[in-house]
Amino acid sequence: MEANTERSSPPFPDPMDREMNSDKLEEESDDEGEDIFTGNTKSTSDTSVNDVPADIFTEEGSGITPQSTRVQQDTNGVRSDDEQDLFAEATVELSIDKNTTRERKEMSRPSPSVQDVPYKSTMASKSLEEWEEEESRDKFELNIAVTNPEKVGDGMNAYMAYKVSTQTTLPMFKNSTFSVKRRFSDFLGLYEKLLVKHAHHGYIVPPPPEKSVVGMTKVKVGKEDHSSAEFVERRRAALERYLKRVVAHQSLLQDPDVREFLEKDELPRAVSTQALSGAGFLKMINKASDAVSKMTIKMNESDNWFEEKFQEVENEEQQLRKLHAVVDALVTHRKDLCFNTAVFAKSMAMLGTSEDNTALSRALSQLAEVEDKMEQLHQEQACSDFFLFAELLADYIRLLGAVRNSFDQRMKTWQKWQDAQNTLQKKREVEAKLLWANKPDKLQQAKDEITEWEAKVTQYERDFERICTTVRQEVLRFEKEKARDFKIYIVKYLEALLLSQQRLIKYWEAFLPEAKAIV
Amino acid sequence: MGEWTLSVSAHSIRVPEVTVDGDTLVFTITSQKLNNDVGVCVCRTFEDFEWLQQSLFDQEDVPGLQGIIFPPLPGKPLPSSQPQAQAKALKQLGCLALSDDWKSYCKALEIYLQQVASHSTLSKNKALEGLLTNSEPPGKQRVHKGIFSRLSQAMGELRKENHKDLDDFFQDERNNNLNMTNFTKAASEKSFEVALTEQRLAVACGHLSTSLHLCASQDGPDSANFSKICMKFSEVIDAVKRNVEKVSENNVSTLGLGLEMDYRGHEAKKDMLFRRTCKLVEMEAAVKNAERAKPNKKAIMEEVKKVIEKDFEKISSVAKEEIGRFSEARVSLLRAALIDWCEKQLQTAREDHEIFSKQLEACEQLKCE
Repeated sequence: MEANTERSSPPFPDPMDREMNSDKLEEESDDEGEDIFTGNTKSTSDTSVNDVPADIFTEEGSGITPQSTRVQQDTNGVRSDDEQDLFAEATVELSIDKNTTRERKEMSRPSPSVQDVPYKSTMASKSLEEWEEEESRDKFELNIAVTNPEKVGDGMNAYMAYKVSTQTTLPMFKNSTFSVKRRFSDFLGLYEKLLVKHAHHGYIVPPPPEKSVVGMTKVKVGKEDHSSAEFVERRRAALERYLKRVVAHQSLLQDPDVREFLEKDELPRAVSTQALSGAGFLKMINKASDAVSKMTIKMNESDNWFEEKFQEVENEEQQLRKLHAVVDALVTHRKDLCFNTAVFAKSMAMLGTSEDNTALSRALSQLAEVEDKMEQLHQEQACSDFFLFAELLADYIRLLGAVRNSFDQRMKTWQKWQDAQNTLQKKREVEAKLLWANKPDKLQQAKDEITEWEAKVTQYERDFERICTTVRQEVLRFEKEKARDFKIYIVKYLEALLLSQQRLIKYWEAFLPEAKAIV
Repeated sequence: MGEWTLSVSAHSIRVPEVTVDGDTLVFTITSQKLNNDVGVCVCRTFEDFEWLQQSLFDQEDVPGLQGIIFPPLPGKPLPSSQPQAQAKALKQLGCLALSDDWKSYCKALEIYLQQVASHSTLSKNKALEGLLTNSEPPGKQRVHKGIFSRLSQAMGELRKENHKDLDDFFQDERNNNLNMTNFTKAASEKSFEVALTEQRLAVACGHLSTSLHLCASQDGPDSANFSKICMKFSEVIDAVKRNVEKVSENNVSTLGLGLEMDYRGHEAKKDMLFRRTCKLVEMEAAVKNAERAKPNKKAIMEEVKKVIEKDFEKISSVAKEEIGRFSEARVSLLRAALIDWCEKQLQTAREDHEIFSKQLEACEQLKCE
């Protein structure tokens, strides 16, 4: 198959990728300020790294289920008792993210009595600077490749298995080089897990490629033609890009589900993905987010940043969709040109063979060959245009959906906080009424409830501040990655263009003497 | 008939430009006088060319005229910007209609004039001299279509096309010509399709370049890097667009033109062979008539037969010469076209390689904090 021959080269391309994945930092202790993505990278990082493996292995042994709130993943270095207590209190959180616990400790503020929380943007910018610094140090290597698509089984139950290979220097993995077999639903399953665990923190969880009934049916049925080979290759490339984005995200990389996905030999079959394909899921999210935005449109934004950014995100999605349509048209024309050039080459070949004059005949036949080679060049250009750019645009259109989702999560968190404040207010009113009516037994209950809700208000306020920071950082990280991705693409495109120009020059130089030899 | 010859040199004839006057195209023709180096410049319309062609067909005092392969005149140009007229023009003229500013069409007219002026018999026609040198245009003389018009004959005439020949040489030529006409027509049409597709591709590149430009200008201040990248990419795609346009122009003005002229040439040869075949049929009929004639008419019929036979022989001998001349001329034409095509494409490829190299350097230096 085409896909296989293309992938015969070692599956770890581009030094560029290494750069993108370079910010793999180890988990760290909690003395740091606002760093969410990276651990603290003082000299203690080395020692903490050594502490980690033991923890991970014990956790993995204990079995990881989202329901358990006691399971501590990613124990990194020092854990204080405080963290344990906070964690125990978490009734809502399903996530077992180390970052959660750290942030709660750091962002302690007095409980607010006003609705508006003046958001300190200075806090965010400071952390951003630190974050950028962190990124440039401590480059751990993690390279991922998705290769060797293989059809497993027959008929409608058949599926494609992909080889996921990892090469890493990160100590959290058992080996430094390993590979596993995964199928498409495994990838969807991973996305679902990550979404459930991380989305409500405001993280941008990269969406996987979309399900395609038509494409897969062709493959299942065993139609060995160009379009199904193209489909498999597109999917393979998309899955690879998806995984690379996941591991490029600091927090997601720490998630043991990700590690398990990369390392574990056999994964339990993800069944729920049959209903929730990537596209379907995103549609659900989009609908929900529309409802949310209509609801909280009166949110008092003390920081315009979020409003402006959200608008930018929406605009950008429109622009990318337009671009995608234009690129699609471009690709169609390239393919047309391929076809017409091939037809022309054939007609020249026929002319050449009917030609009496030998030199002219030879020249015309060679012309037919030149045209044929050019058709191949055009084909490669069409592939390069399509595979890279259109797919890149499609990826980012989906990613922008995920970005919007994280904004919506922030809205939801704010709403929750507001609701808690309203409830607290009501409880206080009840208490006041009870005081006046002098019913001491109910009074105690009211006081208890007030305490309970005061704590909730505090917690939700912290949640909100945390998610604000997260969303800010996520958006900035996203934009950096986007600029980087697009630049890489353009450079690749130009390199391919230059290569085809060089080949063209060779063909013309070879043809010229043939033309001149005609008498 | 006398020793009259054309006063300008065939190779110096040029059709350097054309101006659009409402619905008409006015062509400038330049040439140089043979004895001195004086340049001559005249302006003509397509009707004037048609008049010339008809005048050549109508020459009565040239023996074996029907054996001449007449240089093909390109079809009528339709400069109208209406889409229906444009579609019709494209269909008729093929590649000739595609190049910028009618450049290829002018070149085709130029080739036509040079071919007529180089022809030993045709160049002696005073109409050519008039067209090339008279300050006044030939005037709107009525052109009557004799049997020399294009081979769009009635059904009865077409039957004669398959009439078996006496002479193997001519039979082979007719068979070969049929193939070559078909192949060159196909090649010309396909090259035209390629040119059309290239045009559409260039337009699509233009759209992408514009869209990228829009993307860049609408981004907020935080996405300065992304905007820069979009702008750069917009420039790159613009360069790609110009490359596609140049490549297409090269194709149309050299190879496309050459293939079209070759096809028309084979068509002209086909016309000539058909005329000869018609004469053959006429001759065979005359022979039969002479044999079957009643004694009182026999002498006349024999005379008629002899005249036609003599005519036919003259035509056949002229035809043989013409076929040889045509063969050489078309190889020469194609050779020139192929060399021109190759050289132009090579130059374009080298230039654009430079441009893309510079673009790549600029892109690599783009900062992406």
